[in-house]
Amino acid sequence: MYAFEIERPTTLADAVAALGREEAQALGGGQTLIPTLKQRLAMPSVLVSLSGIAEMRGVSVNDAGLLCIGGGTTHGTVAKEAAAHYPGLADLASHIGDPAVRNRGTIGGSLANNDPSACYPAAALASGATIVTNTREITADDYFQGMFTTALEEGEIVTEVKFPIPEVSCYIKFEQPASRFALVGVFVAKSADGVRVAVTGASNNGVFRWSEAEAALSSEFSVGALDGLSVASDDMIADLHGSAAYRAHLVGVMTKRAVAGAK
Amino acid sequence: MPKDTASHTGIGASTKRREDVRFLTGNGNYTDDISVFGQAYVHFLRSDVAHGRITSIDTSAAEGMPGVVKIFTGKDFEAVGSIPCGWQVTDRHGAVMKEPRHPVLAYGKVRHVGDPIAAIVADSLAEARDAAEAIVYDIEELPAAVNMKDALKDGAPLVHDDLSDNLCYDWGFVEENKGAVNEAIKTAAHVTTLELVNNRLVANPMEPRVAVAEWNKSNDEYTLYTTSQNPHVIRLLMGAFVLGIPEHKLRVVAPDVGGGFGTKIFHYAEEAFCTFAAKACKRPVKWTSTRSEAFMSDAHGRDHVTKIELALDKDNNFTAIRTETLANMGAYLSTFAPSVPTWLHGTLMAGNYKTPNIYVNVKAVFTNTVPVDAYRGAGRPEATYQLERVIDMAARELGVDPIALRRQNFITEFPYATPVAVEYDTGDYPATMDKLEEIADLAGFAARRKESEAKGKLRGLGVNCYIEACGIAPSNLVGQLGARAGLYESATVRVNATGSISVMTGSHSHGQGHETAFPQVVAEMLGIDASMIDIVHGDTARGPMGMGTYGSRSLAVGGSAMVRATEKIINKAKKIAAHLMEASEGDIELKDGQFTVAGTDKSVAWGDVTLAAYVPHNYPLDDIEPGLEETAFYDPSNFTYPSGAYACEVELDPETGKVTIERFSAADDFGNIINPMIVSGQVHGGIAQGIGQALLENCAYDENGQLLSASYMDYAMPRAADVPFYAVDHSCQTPCTHNPLGVKGCGEAGAIGSPPAVINAVIDALNSGGHKVAHMDMPASPSRVWAAMQG
Ligand SMILES: Cc1cc2nc3c(=O)[nH]c(=O)nc-3n(C[C@H](O)[C@H](O)[C@H](O)COP(=O)(O)OP(=O)(O)OC[C@H]3O[C@@H](n4cnc5c(N)ncnc54)[C@H](O)[C@@H]3O)c2cc1C
Repeated sequence: MYAFEIERPTTLADAVAALGREEAQALGGGQTLIPTLKQRLAMPSVLVSLSGIAEMRGVSVNDAGLLCIGGGTTHGTVAKEAAAHYPGLADLASHIGDPAVRNRGTIGGSLANNDPSACYPAAALASGATIVTNTREITADDYFQGMFTTALEEGEIVTEVKFPIPEVSCYIKFEQPASRFALVGVFVAKSADGVRVAVTGASNNGVFRWSEAEAALSSEFSVGALDGLSVASDDMIADLHGSAAYRAHLVGVMTKRAVAGAK
Repeated sequence: MPKDTASHTGIGASTKRREDVRFLTGNGNYTDDISVFGQAYVHFLRSDVAHGRITSIDTSAAEGMPGVVKIFTGKDFEAVGSIPCGWQVTDRHGAVMKEPRHPVLAYGKVRHVGDPIAAIVADSLAEARDAAEAIVYDIEELPAAVNMKDALKDGAPLVHDDLSDNLCYDWGFVEENKGAVNEAIKTAAHVTTLELVNNRLVANPMEPRVAVAEWNKSNDEYTLYTTSQNPHVIRLLMGAFVLGIPEHKLRVVAPDVGGGFGTKIFHYAEEAFCTFAAKACKRPVKWTSTRSEAFMSDAHGRDHVTKIELALDKDNNFTAIRTETLANMGAYLSTFAPSVPTWLHGTLMAGNYKTPNIYVNVKAVFTNTVPVDAYRGAGRPEATYQLERVIDMAARELGVDPIALRRQNFITEFPYATPVAVEYDTGDYPATMDKLEEIADLAGFAARRKESEAKGKLRGLGVNCYIEACGIAPSNLVGQLGARAGLYESATVRVNATGSISVMTGSHSHGQGHETAFPQVVAEMLGIDASMIDIVHGDTARGPMGMGTYGSRSLAVGGSAMVRATEKIINKAKKIAAHLMEASEGDIELKDGQFTVAGTDKSVAWGDVTLAAYVPHNYPLDDIEPGLEETAFYDPSNFTYPSGAYACEVELDPETGKVTIERFSAADDFGNIINPMIVSGQVHGGIAQGIGQALLENCAYDENGQLLSASYMDYAMPRAADVPFYAVDHSCQTPCTHNPLGVKGCGEAGAIGSPPAVINAVIDALNSGGHKVAHMDMPASPSRVWAAMQG
């Protein structure tokens, strides 16, 4: 690590002000950022810890029936508190990393980071969630812009994520054997407007929607509706843990399993 | 032999591990827990290219940075010795292996990612790292030799410019067998040929390596605290060959060590650096490896590419085995690297079978990768894997039952002299196979397969045997084979005045439970409670020269030394007891801690005798000296030969290629057993590592020599959920015939016996689903299994 200062604001306003300082960076649960700092791959001069901001924590359902999760809410809390409202999302949160990671890592940090193998981006995109920041609201379709890239501006804070609650949903993660992140993860959400299918882990362009599957499932929500459908392997990630063809194949298998498991 | 009384703490008791109390409560004393007053910290600037020429290096700006004590580069070590290799292999043509210089810090060239270029000693680690970034250097990158086959081609990049090629040695074993082997293969009724890779592994002990060195200006003595499996050997190698420090001026301490698995046997450059720098800086110097550094500086394991041929006659009797192996040495020869693919591998190629003709050829190759050396099993897992895979493949080709084929070819008469130079003293391979069939419920497999198939899964069964040569020892033999050290072991039994005992052993415990098991042996011999006995190890200042722990040798060799020393204690104590009871020495018996005179009711207690030894008021001073302390060095006459039969059942998801281990059973013959619970634990851990190698672990380089699996994000370690509850049994016991305890060693068995069982099971599962896959390389990761299914 390089030396840095740390600020611990207790209000969003103070956090925004602190992030205005030269080379300041937000610190969520630190599960991604701290290892990066240890390897000296980043050198912020100020870290602004968001974990003391009460207004950024919590899980609730608002008047419009949206599940609202504060940007500083940990995966562990989502796993517990979203279970009654949105079991598919709670289940996803309960399979991120290990208990230590879940007790520190936050939904805001995960979405801000937009790791191509992370789980939450699939949930946000498949649910048609809205990412709320200190300055605006961004729809998931506009928010994810490729590996590690989002619509967030410098210093912008993810304060809340609003999830429409689908009728049924399911996330199936096929784990990369070493990291246990998603080698391929598929989130299927069925609501009155139709079915959305979001795929993480697979593509060089980060999380994406599989529109053919969405169309097929919207007309008939069954495993059989997916027969004969496949994604092209052209843009798929190829690495030590799987070829592009393997990932493309897994997208099909995991989508079927998510449909079968949806509840 | 096991005694069932609850109070029994001697041989056969499953005493709980006393050392675990401190380990599990955070009270262990590991090297990183040791801080010496005034210590400075070292950070190594390491190469990020696999191969390159250092064209310039300028440390002047860095030297002026805050907190910097001193900066060292390769030039500072020009006059210092090379990191030595402890084993010299002689090749097929009678020439000795190539042995390039291994400098403490790279000089002229860097030869692998992680090769240290400079070392910065500073008041704090952060300041050392800051200064490292201010070092200005140029490395002219050179093409790298990575793949072994390519590295042997004409015109391949030379890892060492002063060598004619990258071939370290070309070893043939036994060279005289070659003609007969070739002939037997030519005339065989069937020959099964298999080409395979034994994947490169990173040992990954939980505790990374650490070294703390201090130099005492008043007496010119050095102390090195280090994460080592054999502190005496480090003292000899580093003192005599690298730094020129005689033994009496150098103390090496290996306190609690958090796992070794072989990778902490070797003498590493960082140890020598810290010791050298402590004097040069006149300050203690500490280095703690990060996990990232461990991936690129701990010696790796395995990495063999092999072609094996098994010849059978028309009745399916094995007639010959011929193997050709390329063994990766990495960029430098690590301490025991040359011995692993040769004497620890070739000598095991007979396995459990009476194959009359065997010839093994091994070419060891230098590449621009981290040095490769012993890892749990060292050479023997590589031998077992080839043999047990090729037998399975032959059974499949011939359409015969793989267990029956093995049974038919078992060695059944002992002693048995193999065609590869070793003589097995005892064993009962049919008995361990019988036991395996029972504990693994092989009869129920067909029903379990049906259940799996009903769920849409494939189920496979893999069975194999193994034999290993343990208790790495006879010094005269290993000397002929090229070892530059003896392989005896020592023990000092120090009986104190009140009867308590300290046993100094030259072996070293880094997880094996010596502190619990060794006292059980002494307690049994003396008839006293094991709690009166402590084991002292890991400090060259506290015990006699010893050779350390590896090759499952601690009990077989170190325990035997302890038995010999305890026998001397008993002899002397009987003399004292005879004097105290005014009886003749020949009539004295020792039982349950009491000395009695045969045929009388006279007795003296253990404590009376020990007190008399140190307060010799009434004592046979004309006959014997006061005191009760004895030392023995034990050098065995042969290796020990544990053996066993393992079975693995896997379930394979044909949609994803994911393999899960459903059942794993191990029937081992370790000879006599001191603590059955510890033995089971050793087998459990070994199997977990074997499953890791077979399904998960893979140390991979790209074609430029960049390490692809450089962290746990890409290097998959087995976790609790990846392994099943094991069925282990060690009731088949054919005691070793040549050591006083009749023990064989159990530390490596699990890691040796399990990889072929797993892969045999995967292949069986694939074939049961109609996928005609003859072989697949480890790790059988989901993507590889899926690719194999695509044909
Ligand atoms: C061992 C391990 C296993 C893991 N396994 C998984 C897994 O299976 N699936 C998975 O999805 N993830 C996994 N993760 C990642 C984990 O979910 C992280 O918690 C997450 O990626 C980052 O969240 P964080 O709160 O820790 O963010 P931090 O590490 O603190 O920050 C990450 C980035 O986001 C920024 N940031 C943080 N909070 C905000 C905010 N509210 N608004 C704007 N920017 C912000 C930071 O400035 C930084 O750039 C794993 C991590 C570890 C260590």
